[in-house]
Amino acid sequence: MSGEPKVGVVIVSHSIKVAEGTADMVRQMVGDALPLAAVGGNPEGGLGTHVELIHAALQRAWSEAGVVVLVDLGGAETNSEMAIERMPATQRDRIVICNAPIVEGAIMAATESSGGSPLEVVRHAAEELMAGR
Amino acid sequence: MPFCCLRANGARASQEMAMDREGRLALIVSVARTMIAHEDELTRLDQAIGDGDHGVNMRRGFEAVLRDAEAMAELSPALALDAIGHRLVNCIGGAAGPLYGTLLLSLGRYAGHARTLQDWVIAFGQAIEDVKRRGRSEAGQKTLLDVFVPVHAILVEKGGEAVAQLARIAEDAAEETRPMRALRGRAAFLGERSIGHVDPGARSASLVLGVVGRVLCEEK
Repeated sequence: MSGEPKVGVVIVSHSIKVAEGTADMVRQMVGDALPLAAVGGNPEGGLGTHVELIHAALQRAWSEAGVVVLVDLGGAETNSEMAIERMPATQRDRIVICNAPIVEGAIMAATESSGGSPLEVVRHAAEELMAGR
Repeated sequence: MPFCCLRANGARASQEMAMDREGRLALIVSVARTMIAHEDELTRLDQAIGDGDHGVNMRRGFEAVLRDAEAMAELSPALALDAIGHRLVNCIGGAAGPLYGTLLLSLGRYAGHARTLQDWVIAFGQAIEDVKRRGRSEAGQKTLLDVFVPVHAILVEKGGEAVAQLARIAEDAAEETRPMRALRGRAAFLGERSIGHVDPGARSASLVLGVVGRVLCEEK
Protein backbone atom coordinates (compact mmCIF):
# COMPACT_ATOMS: atom_id res chain seq x y z
CA MET A 1 0.00 0.00 0.00
CA SER A 2 1.28 3.46 -0.81
CA GLY A 3 0.13 7.03 -1.24
CA GLU A 4 -3.09 8.33 0.27
CA PRO A 5 -4.81 6.02 2.78
CA LYS A 6 -7.57 3.88 1.26
CA VAL A 7 -10.89 3.08 2.95
CA GLY A 8 -10.64 -0.22 4.84
CA VAL A 9 -13.13 -3.07 4.37
CA VAL A 10 -14.25 -5.43 7.16
CA ILE A 11 -16.32 -8.51 6.29
CA VAL A 12 -18.43 -9.90 9.16
CA SER A 13 -20.24 -13.19 8.60
CA HIS A 14 -21.73 -15.80 10.93
CA SER A 15 -19.42 -18.21 9.09
CA ILE A 16 -15.66 -17.65 9.00
CA LYS A 17 -15.67 -19.58 5.72
CA VAL A 18 -18.07 -17.10 4.13
CA ALA A 19 -16.05 -14.17 5.49
CA GLU A 20 -12.68 -15.52 4.34
CA GLY A 21 -14.07 -16.69 1.01
CA THR A 22 -15.45 -13.22 0.40
CA ALA A 23 -12.08 -11.71 1.34
CA ASP A 24 -10.38 -14.09 -1.14
CA MET A 25 -12.68 -12.81 -3.90
CA VAL A 26 -11.94 -9.20 -2.91
CA ARG A 27 -8.18 -9.81 -2.98
CA GLN A 28 -8.41 -11.39 -6.41
CA MET A 29 -10.05 -8.19 -7.64
CA VAL A 30 -7.94 -5.56 -5.92
CA GLY A 31 -4.88 -7.33 -4.49
CA ASP A 32 -3.61 -5.77 -1.28
CA ALA A 33 -4.47 -2.22 -2.32
CA LEU A 34 -6.49 -1.55 0.86
CA PRO A 35 -6.79 -2.68 4.48
CA LEU A 36 -9.02 -5.76 4.57
CA ALA A 37 -10.17 -7.98 7.43
CA ALA A 38 -12.52 -10.96 7.52
CA VAL A 39 -14.13 -12.22 10.71
CA GLY A 40 -16.79 -14.76 11.61
CA GLY A 41 -17.89 -17.40 14.07
CA ASN A 42 -18.48 -17.51 17.80
CA PRO A 43 -15.86 -17.91 20.56
CA GLU A 44 -16.18 -21.70 20.36
CA GLY A 45 -15.48 -21.81 16.64
CA GLY A 46 -19.09 -22.42 15.64
CA LEU A 47 -21.43 -20.23 13.61
CA GLY A 48 -22.11 -16.80 15.04
CA THR A 49 -20.61 -13.35 15.48
CA HIS A 50 -18.56 -12.02 18.34
CA VAL A 51 -17.98 -8.43 19.48
CA GLU A 52 -14.33 -8.87 20.51
CA LEU A 53 -13.36 -10.62 17.29
CA ILE A 54 -15.10 -7.91 15.24
CA HIS A 55 -13.40 -5.22 17.31
CA ALA A 56 -10.01 -6.80 16.55
CA ALA A 57 -10.89 -6.93 12.83
CA LEU A 58 -11.81 -3.22 12.90
CA GLN A 59 -8.41 -2.46 14.43
CA ARG A 60 -6.62 -4.54 11.78
CA ALA A 61 -8.43 -2.80 8.92
CA TRP A 62 -8.40 0.68 10.45
CA SER A 63 -7.54 3.43 8.00
CA GLU A 64 -7.46 7.20 8.39
CA ALA A 65 -9.77 7.24 5.37
CA GLY A 66 -12.33 5.23 7.35
CA VAL A 67 -13.70 1.69 7.27
CA VAL A 68 -16.80 0.14 5.71
CA VAL A 69 -18.28 -2.97 7.33
CA LEU A 70 -20.21 -5.60 5.36
CA VAL A 71 -22.44 -7.92 7.42
CA ASP A 72 -24.66 -10.90 6.66
CA LEU A 73 -27.54 -11.42 9.14
CA GLY A 74 -29.08 -9.58 12.13
CA GLY A 75 -26.63 -10.50 14.90
CA ALA A 76 -23.67 -9.59 12.70
CA GLU A 77 -25.05 -6.07 12.43
CA THR A 78 -25.81 -5.52 16.11
CA ASN A 79 -22.51 -7.08 17.20
CA SER A 80 -20.68 -4.88 14.68
CA GLU A 81 -22.40 -1.81 16.13
CA MET A 82 -21.20 -2.73 19.61
CA ALA A 83 -17.68 -3.39 18.28
CA ILE A 84 -17.65 0.05 16.62
CA GLU A 85 -18.65 1.62 19.94
CA ARG A 86 -15.50 0.10 21.46
CA MET A 87 -13.28 1.93 18.99
CA PRO A 88 -11.78 5.29 20.05
CA ALA A 89 -14.23 8.18 19.79
CA THR A 90 -12.02 9.84 17.17
CA GLN A 91 -12.36 6.81 14.86
CA ARG A 92 -15.97 5.73 15.46
CA ASP A 93 -17.60 8.25 13.14
CA ARG A 94 -15.41 7.06 10.28
CA ILE A 95 -16.64 3.45 10.50
CA VAL A 96 -19.93 2.67 8.73
CA ILE A 97 -22.00 -0.48 8.31
CA CYS A 98 -23.23 -0.85 4.72
CA ASN A 99 -26.79 -1.88 3.97
CA ALA A 100 -25.63 -4.21 1.21
CA PRO A 101 -25.31 -7.92 0.38
CA ILE A 102 -22.10 -9.14 1.96
CA VAL A 103 -20.24 -10.64 -1.02
CA GLU A 104 -21.27 -8.21 -3.75
CA GLY A 105 -21.10 -5.28 -1.33
CA ALA A 106 -17.55 -6.14 -0.24
CA ILE A 107 -16.38 -6.37 -3.85
CA MET A 108 -18.06 -3.12 -4.90
CA ALA A 109 -16.74 -1.28 -1.84
CA ALA A 110 -13.21 -2.62 -2.29
CA THR A 111 -13.15 -1.75 -5.99
CA GLU A 112 -14.28 1.78 -5.20
CA SER A 113 -11.81 2.11 -2.31
CA SER A 114 -8.87 0.84 -4.37
CA GLY A 115 -9.51 3.71 -6.77
CA GLY A 116 -8.99 6.13 -3.90
CA SER A 117 -12.63 7.16 -3.32
CA PRO A 118 -13.63 8.67 0.04
CA LEU A 119 -15.69 6.83 2.66
CA GLU A 120 -19.15 8.03 1.61
CA VAL A 121 -18.52 7.13 -2.05
CA VAL A 122 -17.26 3.68 -1.08
CA ARG A 123 -20.32 3.12 1.10
CA HIS A 124 -22.61 4.34 -1.66
CA ALA A 125 -21.03 1.94 -4.16
CA ALA A 126 -21.91 -1.01 -1.92
CA GLU A 127 -25.39 0.24 -1.03
CA GLU A 128 -26.32 0.97 -4.64
CA LEU A 129 -26.65 -2.79 -5.04
CA MET A 130 -29.69 -2.72 -2.77
CA ALA A 131 -31.15 0.45 -4.26
CA GLY A 132 -31.23 -1.10 -7.73
CA ARG A 133 -33.47 -3.97 -6.65
CA MET B 1 -37.02 -10.53 55.78
CA PRO B 2 -37.43 -10.59 52.05
CA PHE B 3 -34.28 -9.43 50.26
CA CYS B 4 -35.92 -6.25 49.10
CA CYS B 5 -38.83 -5.78 51.42
CA LEU B 6 -41.15 -6.23 48.46
CA ARG B 7 -44.32 -7.96 49.46
CA ALA B 8 -47.45 -8.81 47.54
CA ASN B 9 -49.36 -6.43 49.74
CA GLY B 10 -48.41 -3.04 50.95
CA ALA B 11 -45.19 -2.49 49.00
CA ARG B 12 -45.07 1.08 47.83
CA ALA B 13 -43.20 2.21 44.78
CA SER B 14 -41.43 4.82 46.91
CA GLN B 15 -40.13 2.19 49.33
CA GLU B 16 -36.33 1.88 49.58
CA MET B 17 -34.91 -1.22 47.98
CA ALA B 18 -31.69 -2.38 49.58
CA MET B 19 -30.02 -5.57 48.50
CA ASP B 20 -27.01 -6.93 50.34
CA ARG B 21 -24.21 -9.05 48.93
CA GLU B 22 -26.07 -12.26 49.76
CA GLY B 23 -29.15 -11.03 47.91
CA ARG B 24 -27.14 -9.96 44.87
CA LEU B 25 -25.39 -13.32 44.76
CA ALA B 26 -28.70 -15.19 45.02
CA LEU B 27 -30.12 -13.10 42.18
CA ILE B 28 -27.14 -13.57 39.85
CA VAL B 29 -26.83 -17.30 40.54
CA SER B 30 -30.57 -17.96 40.26
CA VAL B 31 -30.91 -16.16 36.92
CA ALA B 32 -27.82 -17.89 35.51
CA ARG B 33 -28.85 -21.37 36.67
CA THR B 34 -32.38 -20.94 35.33
CA MET B 35 -31.10 -19.90 31.93
CA ILE B 36 -28.66 -22.84 31.82
CA ALA B 37 -31.42 -25.25 32.91
CA HIS B 38 -33.70 -24.08 30.08
CA GLU B 39 -31.14 -24.56 27.29
CA ASP B 40 -33.06 -27.39 25.63
CA GLU B 41 -36.39 -25.57 25.72
CA LEU B 42 -34.87 -22.42 24.19
CA THR B 43 -33.13 -24.53 21.54
CA ARG B 44 -36.42 -26.19 20.59
CA LEU B 45 -38.19 -22.84 20.33
CA ASP B 46 -35.38 -21.35 18.25
CA GLN B 47 -35.19 -24.36 15.94
CA ALA B 48 -38.86 -23.81 15.15
CA ILE B 49 -38.49 -20.23 13.94
CA GLY B 50 -34.82 -19.23 14.11
CA ASP B 51 -31.42 -20.81 13.70
CA GLY B 52 -31.52 -22.96 16.84
CA ASP B 53 -28.64 -21.31 18.68
CA HIS B 54 -30.48 -19.34 21.38
CA GLY B 55 -30.29 -22.09 24.01
CA VAL B 56 -26.59 -22.78 23.62
CA ASN B 57 -25.76 -19.07 23.33
CA MET B 58 -27.61 -18.21 26.53
CA ARG B 59 -26.01 -21.15 28.34
CA ARG B 60 -22.54 -20.03 27.25
CA GLY B 61 -23.23 -16.46 28.37
CA PHE B 62 -24.65 -17.36 31.75
CA GLU B 63 -22.01 -20.02 32.46
CA ALA B 64 -19.49 -17.19 32.11
CA VAL B 65 -21.58 -15.08 34.51
CA LEU B 66 -21.83 -17.97 36.99
CA ARG B 67 -18.04 -18.37 37.05
CA ASP B 68 -17.67 -14.77 38.26
CA ALA B 69 -20.86 -14.55 40.33
CA GLU B 70 -19.03 -14.24 43.66
CA ALA B 71 -16.90 -11.34 42.45
CA MET B 72 -19.85 -9.65 40.75
CA ALA B 73 -21.93 -9.84 43.94
CA GLU B 74 -19.25 -7.76 45.70
CA LEU B 75 -19.98 -4.84 43.38
CA SER B 76 -22.73 -2.24 43.71
CA PRO B 77 -25.88 -3.20 41.77
CA ALA B 78 -25.04 -0.71 39.00
CA LEU B 79 -21.45 -1.96 38.61
CA ALA B 80 -22.58 -5.60 38.83
CA LEU B 81 -25.07 -5.00 36.00
CA ASP B 82 -22.30 -3.40 33.96
CA ALA B 83 -20.00 -6.38 34.56
CA ILE B 84 -22.73 -8.91 33.69
CA GLY B 85 -23.68 -6.91 30.59
CA HIS B 86 -20.11 -6.95 29.31
CA ARG B 87 -19.84 -10.66 30.03
CA LEU B 88 -23.07 -11.37 28.11
CA VAL B 89 -22.03 -9.25 25.13
CA ASN B 90 -18.72 -11.08 24.95
CA CYS B 91 -20.01 -14.59 25.55
CA ILE B 92 -23.56 -14.96 24.22
CA GLY B 93 -22.84 -13.89 20.66
CA GLY B 94 -25.68 -14.28 18.19
CA ALA B 95 -28.38 -11.63 18.14
CA ALA B 96 -29.18 -12.05 21.83
CA GLY B 97 -25.73 -10.97 23.09
CA PRO B 98 -26.01 -7.33 22.01
CA LEU B 99 -29.67 -7.15 23.09
CA TYR B 100 -29.32 -8.61 26.59
CA GLY B 101 -25.94 -6.90 26.88
CA THR B 102 -27.43 -3.53 26.01
CA LEU B 103 -30.31 -4.06 28.46
CA LEU B 104 -27.99 -4.73 31.39
CA LEU B 105 -25.29 -2.19 30.47
CA SER B 106 -27.96 0.50 30.13
CA LEU B 107 -29.79 -0.59 33.28
CA GLY B 108 -26.49 -0.34 35.16
CA ARG B 109 -25.90 3.12 33.73
CA TYR B 110 -29.40 4.49 34.45
CA ALA B 111 -29.75 2.83 37.87
CA GLY B 112 -26.56 4.34 39.29
CA HIS B 113 -28.46 6.28 41.93
CA ALA B 114 -31.60 4.14 42.08
CA ARG B 115 -32.94 3.77 45.61
CA THR B 116 -36.61 2.90 45.30
CA LEU B 117 -38.55 0.42 43.21
CA GLN B 118 -39.85 3.40 41.26
CA ASP B 119 -36.25 4.44 40.43
CA TRP B 120 -35.50 0.93 39.19
CA VAL B 121 -38.65 0.77 37.08
CA ILE B 122 -37.74 4.11 35.46
CA ALA B 123 -34.21 2.85 34.74
CA PHE B 124 -35.66 -0.37 33.32
CA GLY B 125 -37.83 1.68 30.96
CA GLN B 126 -34.84 3.73 29.79
CA ALA B 127 -32.81 0.56 29.22
CA ILE B 128 -35.67 -0.92 27.16
CA GLU B 129 -35.54 2.16 24.91
CA ASP B 130 -31.84 1.44 24.29
CA VAL B 131 -32.66 -2.17 23.39
CA LYS B 132 -35.26 -0.90 20.91
CA ARG B 133 -32.66 1.35 19.30
CA ARG B 134 -30.06 -1.45 19.22
CA GLY B 135 -32.45 -3.89 17.57
CA ARG B 136 -34.27 -1.19 15.57
CA SER B 137 -37.42 -2.83 16.80
CA GLU B 138 -40.60 -2.15 18.73
CA ALA B 139 -43.03 -4.29 20.70
CA GLY B 140 -45.36 -6.30 18.46
CA GLN B 141 -42.62 -7.70 16.22
CA LYS B 142 -42.24 -11.03 18.04
CA THR B 143 -39.06 -10.35 20.01
CA LEU B 144 -37.95 -10.11 23.64
CA LEU B 145 -39.39 -6.59 23.61
CA ASP B 146 -42.83 -8.21 23.66
CA VAL B 147 -42.02 -9.28 27.21
CA PHE B 148 -39.98 -6.31 28.44
CA VAL B 149 -42.36 -3.61 27.21
CA PRO B 150 -45.66 -4.93 28.64
CA VAL B 151 -44.00 -6.07 31.89
CA HIS B 152 -42.52 -2.61 32.31
CA ALA B 153 -45.94 -1.05 31.75
CA ILE B 154 -47.47 -3.26 34.46
CA LEU B 155 -44.59 -2.42 36.84
CA VAL B 156 -45.24 1.27 36.27
CA GLU B 157 -48.91 0.76 37.02
CA LYS B 158 -48.78 -1.68 39.92
CA GLY B 159 -45.32 -1.42 41.49
CA GLY B 160 -44.50 -3.98 44.19
CA GLU B 161 -47.71 -5.89 43.58
CA ALA B 162 -46.50 -6.64 40.05
CA VAL B 163 -43.06 -7.72 41.30
CA ALA B 164 -44.71 -10.41 43.38
CA GLN B 165 -46.43 -11.75 40.25
CA LEU B 166 -43.59 -11.08 37.84
CA ALA B 167 -43.16 -14.70 36.72
CA ARG B 168 -46.80 -15.07 35.70
CA ILE B 169 -47.01 -11.64 34.11
CA ALA B 170 -43.84 -12.28 32.08
CA GLU B 171 -44.92 -15.78 31.05
CA ASP B 172 -48.28 -14.46 29.87
CA ALA B 173 -46.48 -11.81 27.83
CA ALA B 174 -44.19 -14.41 26.23
CA GLU B 175 -47.21 -16.55 25.36
CA GLU B 176 -48.73 -13.53 23.60
CA THR B 177 -45.92 -13.77 21.00
CA ARG B 178 -47.30 -17.11 19.75
CA PRO B 179 -49.82 -15.67 17.26
CA MET B 180 -47.48 -12.84 16.22
CA ARG B 181 -45.69 -12.68 12.91
CA ALA B 182 -41.93 -12.04 13.22
CA LEU B 183 -40.72 -8.81 11.65
CA ARG B 184 -37.19 -8.73 13.06
CA GLY B 185 -34.39 -11.24 13.48
CA ARG B 186 -33.90 -14.53 11.74
CA ALA B 187 -37.52 -15.54 12.29
CA ALA B 188 -38.60 -12.70 9.97
CA PHE B 189 -37.40 -14.81 7.03
CA LEU B 190 -40.16 -17.28 7.85
CA GLY B 191 -42.91 -14.67 7.50
CA GLU B 192 -46.30 -16.30 8.05
CA ARG B 193 -44.62 -19.53 9.15
CA SER B 194 -43.32 -17.81 12.30
CA ILE B 195 -46.94 -17.64 13.50
CA GLY B 196 -47.90 -20.31 16.03
CA HIS B 197 -44.61 -20.49 17.94
CA VAL B 198 -43.55 -18.63 21.08
CA ASP B 199 -40.56 -16.40 20.33
CA PRO B 200 -37.41 -17.85 21.96
CA GLY B 201 -36.14 -14.39 22.95
CA ALA B 202 -39.48 -13.59 24.57
CA ARG B 203 -39.32 -16.90 26.42
CA SER B 204 -35.80 -16.30 27.75
CA ALA B 205 -36.82 -12.77 28.78
CA SER B 206 -39.79 -14.17 30.70
CA LEU B 207 -37.51 -16.65 32.47
CA VAL B 208 -35.09 -13.90 33.55
CA LEU B 209 -37.88 -11.66 34.85
CA GLY B 210 -39.60 -14.57 36.59
CA VAL B 211 -36.47 -15.37 38.56
CA VAL B 212 -35.88 -11.69 39.40
CA GLY B 213 -39.42 -11.46 40.77
CA ARG B 214 -39.07 -14.63 42.82
CA VAL B 215 -35.71 -13.68 44.34
CA LEU B 216 -36.83 -10.14 45.19
CA CYS B 217 -39.82 -11.49 47.10
CA GLU B 218 -38.10 -14.48 48.69
CA GLU B 219 -37.74 -14.80 52.43
CA LYS B 220 -34.14 -14.76 53.56
